Amino acid sequence: MASLLRSLILLLIVQSFLVAIAFGSKEVEEFSEALLLKPLPDRKVLAHFHFENRAPPSNSHGRHHHLFPKAISQLVQKFRVKEMELSFTQGRWNHEHWGGFDPLSSMNAKPVGVELWAVFDVPQSQVDTSWKNLTHALSGLFCASINFLESSTSYAAPTWGFGPNSDKLRYGSLPREAVCTENLTPWLKLLPCRDKDGISALMNRPSVYRGFYHSQRLHLSTVESGQEGLGSGIVLEQTLTVVLQPETTSVESNMQPSWSLSSLFGRQVVGRCVLAKSSNVYLQLEGLLGYESKNVDTEIEAHQLWKNAEFELSLKPERVIRESCSFLFIFDIDKSSDSEPFDLGLTWKRPSKWSCQQAPLHSSRFLMGSGNERGAIAILLKATESQEKLSGRDLTNGQCTIKANIFQIFPWYIKVYYHTLQIFVDQQQKTDSEVLKKINVSPSTDKVSSGMMEMMLELPCEVKSVAISIEYDKGFLHIDEYPPDANQGFDIPSALISFPDHHASLDFQEELSNSPLLSSLKEKSLVRSYTEVLLVPLTTPDFSMPYNVITITCTIFALYFGSLLNVLRRRIGEEERFLKSQGKKTGGLKQLLSRITAKIRGRPIEAPSSSEAESSVLSSKLILKIILVAGAAAAWQYFSTDE
Amino acid sequence: MQDLCIMAHHCCSRFLDLSQFKGLKGNQVTSCADILSAMLLRAIGQKLQMAYGLNARLLGFLKSSRDKVILPCGDIAALVYLWNPFTIVSCVGLSTSPIENLAVILALFGAVTRRVPLAAFGLVIATHLSLYPATLTIPIIFLLGYGLDAPPIKLFLQTRSVENEESSTSTVSKQAKLKQTTHLPFLWKTVAHFLFWVLLWSLYVLILCALSLNKYGGLEEMFKRTYGFILSIEDLSPNIGVFWYFFAEVFDFFRNFFLIVLHVNILFMLLPLAIRLKHRPCFLAFIYLAISSILKSYPSVGDSALYLSLWALFVNELLDMKFSFFLFCGYLGISLLSPVMHNLWIWRGTGNANFYFGNAIGYACFQIVFVVESVSAMLNHDRALKRSNSNHREVKS
Repeated sequence: MASLLRSLILLLIVQSFLVAIAFGSKEVEEFSEALLLKPLPDRKVLAHFHFENRAPPSNSHGRHHHLFPKAISQLVQKFRVKEMELSFTQGRWNHEHWGGFDPLSSMNAKPVGVELWAVFDVPQSQVDTSWKNLTHALSGLFCASINFLESSTSYAAPTWGFGPNSDKLRYGSLPREAVCTENLTPWLKLLPCRDKDGISALMNRPSVYRGFYHSQRLHLSTVESGQEGLGSGIVLEQTLTVVLQPETTSVESNMQPSWSLSSLFGRQVVGRCVLAKSSNVYLQLEGLLGYESKNVDTEIEAHQLWKNAEFELSLKPERVIRESCSFLFIFDIDKSSDSEPFDLGLTWKRPSKWSCQQAPLHSSRFLMGSGNERGAIAILLKATESQEKLSGRDLTNGQCTIKANIFQIFPWYIKVYYHTLQIFVDQQQKTDSEVLKKINVSPSTDKVSSGMMEMMLELPCEVKSVAISIEYDKGFLHIDEYPPDANQGFDIPSALISFPDHHASLDFQEELSNSPLLSSLKEKSLVRSYTEVLLVPLTTPDFSMPYNVITITCTIFALYFGSLLNVLRRRIGEEERFLKSQGKKTGGLKQLLSRITAKIRGRPIEAPSSSEAESSVLSSKLILKIILVAGAAAAWQYFSTDE
Repeated sequence: MQDLCIMAHHCCSRFLDLSQFKGLKGNQVTSCADILSAMLLRAIGQKLQMAYGLNARLLGFLKSSRDKVILPCGDIAALVYLWNPFTIVSCVGLSTSPIENLAVILALFGAVTRRVPLAAFGLVIATHLSLYPATLTIPIIFLLGYGLDAPPIKLFLQTRSVENEESSTSTVSKQAKLKQTTHLPFLWKTVAHFLFWVLLWSLYVLILCALSLNKYGGLEEMFKRTYGFILSIEDLSPNIGVFWYFFAEVFDFFRNFFLIVLHVNILFMLLPLAIRLKHRPCFLAFIYLAISSILKSYPSVGDSALYLSLWALFVNELLDMKFSFFLFCGYLGISLLSPVMHNLWIWRGTGNANFYFGNAIGYACFQIVFVVESVSAMLNHDRALKRSNSNHREVKS
């Protein structure tokens, strides 16, 4: 027994060695965590949690992972997902105050509810099937009703209006999905330390969900290894963006509120997640106007920056990096311990004011018209103040132009008339050819597919406002198709406005340490903004009436059938008498039969010979009837089971 | 000539009416279709009127003491068609029903004037446009086979036999004559000709459709999107029929069952009506159109306009119709109340779907009573003819 146990242990040791060798020879899985804090001009604080998990390309995929969540890698393998992004959002990103032209907003400002897009690596014919299976898998994984995106009426296949250009891209969104802690828990389960240790320990549910904006995002992309026989690596990026309001004690209204991690989240960081390769906290301060002109190249000055007349940080940063218009303080949470937890705080000493960089055009969307028959959707693009400063101008033929892509999905019950598309530039109606560079429309089919519109506008730089309106008719649904609160109305998913010539990125002036958060911020990302979700009230039938309607309508049909037949077969007076005298001689039916036979044979009518013949005729007719009925029943059964 | 002047005057006034509705483009097509239909209706009516006069004279009906004047049913029908508020509404509203109605009337006109290719063309186009006029095949075959509307053949036989008894004494010749007329002379040749033309026109239409829809899925797709759409009642937007609410409310499990039952209701009545009214094919056509406008998937007031004007073709026969005032008030009330209820429900949101559906139910009831009473009045008219004929005979003998 003991020898058996010993040999077993030996076997285990050998096996673990082998595994270690297998992994040691290649790249290892990496996990890193980061938190970016940023005070916002409207006295709020943005906290952006960023977790990145990398699985290197290896042929042992799907069998064993050290850090990488198995569920995700299986998902990628099974449905051949090339790239995917899933976001759960509550609240609306305030583009005016929270910024519209930085990588944070362009990547993390998401539409309300659930948004999912995925690019598949399968043949074109299997893309829809893969999408359907993926929605079901994700719905189970994240405790959300993502499976509603399975039906073809709720997703679309954008060609170029949405960011990545691919014909294997599917996009869907559920504006009404309520996002809460049951969606966050499975999301946290994908992290190696969950919310027990490291930066994710800050995620105290009440404080996270108390925020003004809350968006949890999961982005995964596969990295081709390039080597034969080796699978592809997966990069899983999980971010949580919250906008919180620090509790203020100062009486001055123009004073920015001071905060610390413990006051924002009610928790502190006591140490890093031991499985993480790097675990940093960043603080981004914008609009430090007094210091922008100064030269902060020397280390000493940079280290003095954290304690000055305007504000004071509670901890000394490791490094300070200068960006074009902001400073980035880097903290390492390695030093914290149980006795001395990491509790970064920011205290303002003087009122300070700054503004965020805006997207070239600010977008909003609204409904027009009244009543439940028809209406119109309008998208309004307004020039922002920062428009002049933008460097992303595109000079074509000596003319300065801004390009804007608009991508919108219409559910089928919003029956859009695409010919009614009107574009007003600075309150003057323009013909399509003047401003519309490209347009792609796929009309909806009732109860089968949703409509989609992608268009590219080319506007002069000095434009003040652009209004786009399109008319629609409202559809009428079956009672089963209404949601439980039908009178609330139906949500139209957000439209996406993106500016293909404008890219947002933070350009750091120094070489950086290999931090995934900073490198993702450094990458150029498309400037995009989502519009509001629209609530369209639809006409409702009376939900309590099915039985009444069925019975009343059937009564009408009975009235029609009965009375018309009655009129047709009614005979009066002498006709009846005549028929009776005829009927005395022979039975009505028999007479008819004998007449027919006589006609066929060409002989005069003959009287029926005996009653025996009659009974045989009757029985044969009875048998015929039974056979007919049975045949009809069999046919019915056959066809109904066929469906 | 005078009639023509009146017609021209009506046309002009219609155009003047329409010129007030500025901004409605394309109404020339619909109003021209309406005017053309009215002219064809008038021609049909004149034929029917002549036939009525001839039959009455043959039966010795006019010679009798009843000083009945034959009403100019063609003019009345044309006027009813042109001045019917339903027609005007569907014309101004740019509905396609004027064009569908024109196709139907063209088919009837062709059959009445024995222009076989024209009748076939009208029938095929009408069926292509709205499927339901396919039922008109039976009345048109009767029209071409038996001729125009006439009292039952028995009456003629009786009259003729009476006359024969009076005139001839030879039994042989009497038998021969009787043999000639005991069964109605059915013109198989014309009917075959008609069927051939129907085949030709439908092939023509189908080939044209196939050619033009080649890129968009072909004929199969066309049938699915047109006839399939009509038969499966996918669109549940409110109309003056009852199906939209029924299928918005009915349980999905029973949907197919009710679809079959409700559509078969139209087909069920075809045969009994054809047997009972085979001597009056035009009237049969009117009844078929009325029934299909009640039981249509997506009915409109344009359909009602058509059958109401066809009804006016039979004013001579249907003078004794019961409940006519009641029906008139009913139609008037419904046509006033429906827009109100629709407005309350859809636009103001103060009403309820049931209000409007109640209206639709009422409208269906009135239409049913109208159809039933028309059939009953026509049958009673035939009975009255027979009775007067037998009285006449008794008097003579």
